[in-house]
Amino acid sequence: MGRYFVKRILLAVVTFFIVTAITFFAMNAIPGGPFNKEKATSPQVQAVLEERFNLDKPVPEQYVLYLKQFFSGDFGISLKTGRDIGTTIMTSFPVSAKLGLQAIFMALVCGIVLGSIAALMRNKWPDRVIVFLSTLFTAMPSFVLATFLLLIFCVKLQWVPAWSIDNPSYVLPVISLALYPTAYITRLTKTSMLDALSTDYVRTARAKGVASWKVMFKHSLKNALIPVITYLGPATAGIITGSIVVENIFTIGGLGEKFVSAITNRDYPMIMATTIFLAILMIIMTLISDLIYKVVDPRINFD
Amino acid sequence: MSAENMPKKSPFSLQVNLQDFEKATDEEKKQQDVMSESTTFFKDGMKKLMKNPLAVGSIIVLLVIVLAITIVPAVVPYGYSEIISVNGKRDRTAKNLAPFQYSENELKYMEEGGKVFPHIMGTDEMCRDYFVRVIYGTRVSLVVGLVASVIVLLIGVIYGSISGYLGGKVDLVMMRIVDIIYSIPDVLIIILLSVVFKEVFADSSLAIIKSLGANMVSIFVVFGLLYWVSMARLVRGQILSIKENEYVLAAKVSGAGAGRIIRKHILPNSLSVIIITVALQIPSAIFTESYLSFIGLGVQSPMPSLGSLADAARAGIQSYPYKLIFPAMMICLIVLAFNLLGDGLRDAFDPKLRR
Repeated sequence: MGRYFVKRILLAVVTFFIVTAITFFAMNAIPGGPFNKEKATSPQVQAVLEERFNLDKPVPEQYVLYLKQFFSGDFGISLKTGRDIGTTIMTSFPVSAKLGLQAIFMALVCGIVLGSIAALMRNKWPDRVIVFLSTLFTAMPSFVLATFLLLIFCVKLQWVPAWSIDNPSYVLPVISLALYPTAYITRLTKTSMLDALSTDYVRTARAKGVASWKVMFKHSLKNALIPVITYLGPATAGIITGSIVVENIFTIGGLGEKFVSAITNRDYPMIMATTIFLAILMIIMTLISDLIYKVVDPRINFD
Repeated sequence: MSAENMPKKSPFSLQVNLQDFEKATDEEKKQQDVMSESTTFFKDGMKKLMKNPLAVGSIIVLLVIVLAITIVPAVVPYGYSEIISVNGKRDRTAKNLAPFQYSENELKYMEEGGKVFPHIMGTDEMCRDYFVRVIYGTRVSLVVGLVASVIVLLIGVIYGSISGYLGGKVDLVMMRIVDIIYSIPDVLIIILLSVVFKEVFADSSLAIIKSLGANMVSIFVVFGLLYWVSMARLVRGQILSIKENEYVLAAKVSGAGAGRIIRKHILPNSLSVIIITVALQIPSAIFTESYLSFIGLGVQSPMPSLGSLADAARAGIQSYPYKLIFPAMMICLIVLAFNLLGDGLRDAFDPKLRR
């Protein structure tokens, strides 16, 4: 197991360097430097600015310097607002994190409960309703869902207040982020639960006269949840990318909204820093879910 | 021969006694007839697929959509970027019309005896017919989905079959590369590369970029760079198991080269898995395209895509919700149909893969 851990962590580190390299070199491929503005600057000022931001050095060296700065917490300065990007990320990220964690929690709870119900009542009406809804919601992009939820519950019915800083209402954004992973986890839980219910040890437990709730929770569900763990990594990635649009729709001042406005404003340092920040988050989450998976089920061999 | 003139069994021989047997009657012979025609793998799969009502329904829905996007632009007399004009004059009153509503100028013109084609889905804020835009948007989204899937198919199959067939060290290195690409957060990189390509390709004079638009090209490039890995993994896995079969050994013994064995023996046998993956790849590409369009990185305006139409509709969502409903429904319908078709194909052609 130790060897697997080392290998997996090594892969994460390599991935990190590749992602940062792609991000950095891609951003550098954009024609025109940040100081080639319409406003004429004197050559001296230009030279000083370029030296200050390391632009006079060769690109690979700039990359190394950028990484060094990144790890010392200096993410650079936004071209649009002139503010420190690190502070922007640190103030907007907690909002996004709160949203994302709630969404994952909701997806896990609802998905596992609904999936178990569907498996236990196979081919009865609750199963059919659950399967129908989960198929429907995997076909609906989160931005469509978010817009409709906003229109119906916020504007027309006015059941839920619109987002404001004093009165943040997480209900609708969380629902629109969580529905896709919920549907996916439901399907996942259902199939693995069905597999678990037809295993020999479940039959043996039943034959021995173990209480049916105990068979369900201790023998079936515990084993059925293993595939759900592997989905946690992709689910986090999905929720992060989903939150980019959902935050924009509900005008929540999280990192996702900042990211989109950076894209529209062509605020390259901000785009770069946010991409790397979110990528690290995704890489770490995938790493954690893979490691947990290995601990829970040591039989699994990824090679 | 009747039972009487059958040769008699000598008492100590081990031969069976032929006199114990009797001739089969015609009726009994008939029972041995093979009633059903011999079936191939493909025929069998199609038969199973056609019995699945959801899959058949999805095929019908997709056919209707394909028919609509080919016929409608020829029938409806409006272009996707054309501002509605009445009697040769630009009609500024045809702004944000509801479905099947006519503008003042159009009503006047109709009273005078002119004919106006109805705006089935109304018009948008720039006086363009919305129905045609949604149809063109569907066309763009479908084409993006198909082309992206073909790219994924080509790269994934070639890479996966080389890796799986050669095996050993080559396989190890190739699969490590796949592992790394697989763990790259794809959507983030897509967003990033779209931003970059938009700038880099903006003043490119290449014909393909001019006609498709920088963003669409960047979507294809990104799919070609990142999305093929799961296909490559799948094909490799298939090949690893297929190449152990006896018929592959037989082909090798008779002197077939690697290329021939891959083309003639291995790929046809892993075809079902490949088709299923492609069917499920198309909706994912359409999703990605609409997502990118939604954050302003999609196809170049005035060309519509379902995502960019949905994005544009957000501005007037309170007054004109139908402008979001039409493209949103179209996305859901297409994605749902492809998902169900993919599930149906999997059940029909590859029962082992069943989740």
